Amino acid sequence: MEFKFTDEQIMIRDTAEAFVSEVSTSAAVRSAMLMPAGYDADLWRQISADMYWQALPVPEALGGLGLGYVELAATFEQTGRFLLCSPLMATAALAVPAIRLAASDKQQALYLGRILEGQVATLAHSGIKTHGSDINVQANVTDQGVCLNGISRHVLNGQTADFFIVAAKETFTSGEQGVSLWFIDSNTQGLAMKALPTMDQTRRLAELQLNNVVLSPQQRLGGEAKCQAELLSTILDLAAIAVSAEQVGGAQQSLDISVAYIKERVQFGRTIASYQAIKHKCADMMLKAESARSGLYYAACIADEFLAGACDAETLAEAASITKAYSSEAFFFNAGCGIQLHGGVGITSEYDIQLYFKRAKALESFLGNASEHRERLAKQLLDSEVTW
Amino acid sequence: MKLRFSASDEAFRVEVANWLRDNLCGEFESIRFRGGPGDEHSFVEERKAWERKLGEAGWTCIGWPQAWGGRAASIEQQVVFNEEYARAGGPGRIGHIGETLMGPTLIAYGSEAQKVKYLPAIRSGDAIWCQGYSEPSAGSDLANVKTKAVFDEQAQVWHITGQKVWTSLAHESQYCFVVARTDPQAKGHKGLGFFMLDMDQPGVTIRPIEQLTGTSEFNEVFFDSAVCSADDIVGKPGEGWQVAMALLGFERGVSTLGQQMLFQNEFNDIVQLAKRNGADRDPMLRQRIAEAHIGLRLMRYNTLRVLSGSDQGELQAEGMIYKLYWSSWHRNLGKLAMDVMGADSEILEAEPYALNRLQSMFLFTRADTIYGGTNQIQRNLIAERALGMPREPRGNNE
Repeated sequence: MEFKFTDEQIMIRDTAEAFVSEVSTSAAVRSAMLMPAGYDADLWRQISADMYWQALPVPEALGGLGLGYVELAATFEQTGRFLLCSPLMATAALAVPAIRLAASDKQQALYLGRILEGQVATLAHSGIKTHGSDINVQANVTDQGVCLNGISRHVLNGQTADFFIVAAKETFTSGEQGVSLWFIDSNTQGLAMKALPTMDQTRRLAELQLNNVVLSPQQRLGGEAKCQAELLSTILDLAAIAVSAEQVGGAQQSLDISVAYIKERVQFGRTIASYQAIKHKCADMMLKAESARSGLYYAACIADEFLAGACDAETLAEAASITKAYSSEAFFFNAGCGIQLHGGVGITSEYDIQLYFKRAKALESFLGNASEHRERLAKQLLDSEVTW
Repeated sequence: MKLRFSASDEAFRVEVANWLRDNLCGEFESIRFRGGPGDEHSFVEERKAWERKLGEAGWTCIGWPQAWGGRAASIEQQVVFNEEYARAGGPGRIGHIGETLMGPTLIAYGSEAQKVKYLPAIRSGDAIWCQGYSEPSAGSDLANVKTKAVFDEQAQVWHITGQKVWTSLAHESQYCFVVARTDPQAKGHKGLGFFMLDMDQPGVTIRPIEQLTGTSEFNEVFFDSAVCSADDIVGKPGEGWQVAMALLGFERGVSTLGQQMLFQNEFNDIVQLAKRNGADRDPMLRQRIAEAHIGLRLMRYNTLRVLSGSDQGELQAEGMIYKLYWSSWHRNLGKLAMDVMGADSEILEAEPYALNRLQSMFLFTRADTIYGGTNQIQRNLIAERALGMPREPRGNNE
């Protein structure tokens, strides 16, 4: 049984840990939070040029590193652990899989090439609901091209992206029908990006406003006029696995910084870490962090199998929902318990646990919260004849 | 990182599955899916015969070295065997205490004479063992053993006197391993001995404990100057705690995926029931069913990580959460089963107290979070050993 990191994967994890822990200190995070972009552009240049992390899931033939989701998960676990502020998630975990799964060969070379050069890309799939169910961008398709109108909300790093992949729905279609994906450059006429103030200041969201944005058919991902709803769902599943990785890292760090604090804190003549009421909470937190990690690695393996053609989209959807549902609650549980374990200082700005708490809430509602993913699993279990 | 077993392990899986398909039938059909936790009192004679059948075909003790009749099967193969065994509905293994606890302990710590005397009968499926650890005052505090062992120099035998409790299968066992105090002055884990005792003697009295299910898997065992030969102590007098703890170390691991297969069977029953009785349209129950599904899948991947060994060779912290994880999950499953059954959960199969499988599971899972180290003890262990938090000051019996 080889359900553990290989030596190479350990190296990738350790490199990520060493780098992120150095560049994403508490002070660095607090400084990035106040910047207009929500991240330090110099640091992003370092990540994209020196570390080349956005290239992790890009095939080698296109100039990428050609690595898989296990490596991606190992990296995002560390970015989540240290609350890294950067457009890496948007670019490598949202835009890259969209391009890989939906774009033509020619488009892949062009747009993945731009990403490899360090451009920021993101996915505007709309709304808090996932899987293409509430797309608010209307596509009016004509012979000359398409005209997009509408709004896409909760676009990760939308304010600073160089280009977008926007999900739209053709007019006069309903339900899952008529979904299409489009490449749109940030300087396109009729496109406006409005920054949204966020409770978690380490992770910026924007609203994309499309007002008669006219696109050519070449900007359609894949180039063909066919519904891409299922494809979008699969893209979001892959993205959710990367989000889970950040959640696992955050859940672990929430535990670790809390344990470090309570070992120092003395009340009634002994460290509060020696009280069972405290220990039992920490034990529950460890159980959550470890189980979330197991679910993440399973989903990462399934993602690699899916990309290698070894399993179907249904299996990937199940894995993504399992890991996203569990790690969402695990991170929130651990960060919430972490505040309680810190006592009074837990609710001050000075201590970092509150930053984890806010990140936990932000990631929980991103790409489907726990109950949405559980309902998706319930559909697989209860509303079909498939037996498990 | 790979999720799957190797091709050779999968080939072994097919071999196991085929043998079970061809042999767990006919006279053994009636014991399929029986005799597991909560049902250990059922079909005892049939399960003893099945144990011998397994022994003849070389399917007992597969992890033991070949010198003692095992297959020297790898951990993965043992896991695969247990998983297929449970999938096929293999009955609760009546010989499991001998195979998984006593045998490995003897192989590691026993004398050559002890191995020759005891191992073959465990391997053949003839000898059934039970475990004498817990006592009325030694539960979570296992080292607080009061049972005494006094050596009779003249007869060269030990006399064991005291009471053990929660002893599964005591009345079906030929032998019991007993932790008893050899040094009456010593306290805690010092001055203990580890004895192998013949149960068929006048000094041994067994009294069943009726549980909340109305059935009796567990017993109290009373020793009144029960006799144990001088040759039947493992290790030296005073080394009993070390042997006893080493034995518990052998308990972990290989049967976990088999246990999870039993859980999967229970979960599938609940899903099917929900589809039949309309519980599948209740949004809250849908959430809880999905949550149980997630929990069971993560239990599997937790296990596969432990089986794969640690990434960096440190103490495997993730292994320490296993008991707390499965017991809590299973207890919740029991509650979920009753809620899916709805009003019918109150109605029994028959007088006087015939529970159906899910009802029995619901009641018996309340024991899961208590035996084998309560959830509170597990949390202490996790906090102290995995997270390095200090021990709480103890009372004065140590």
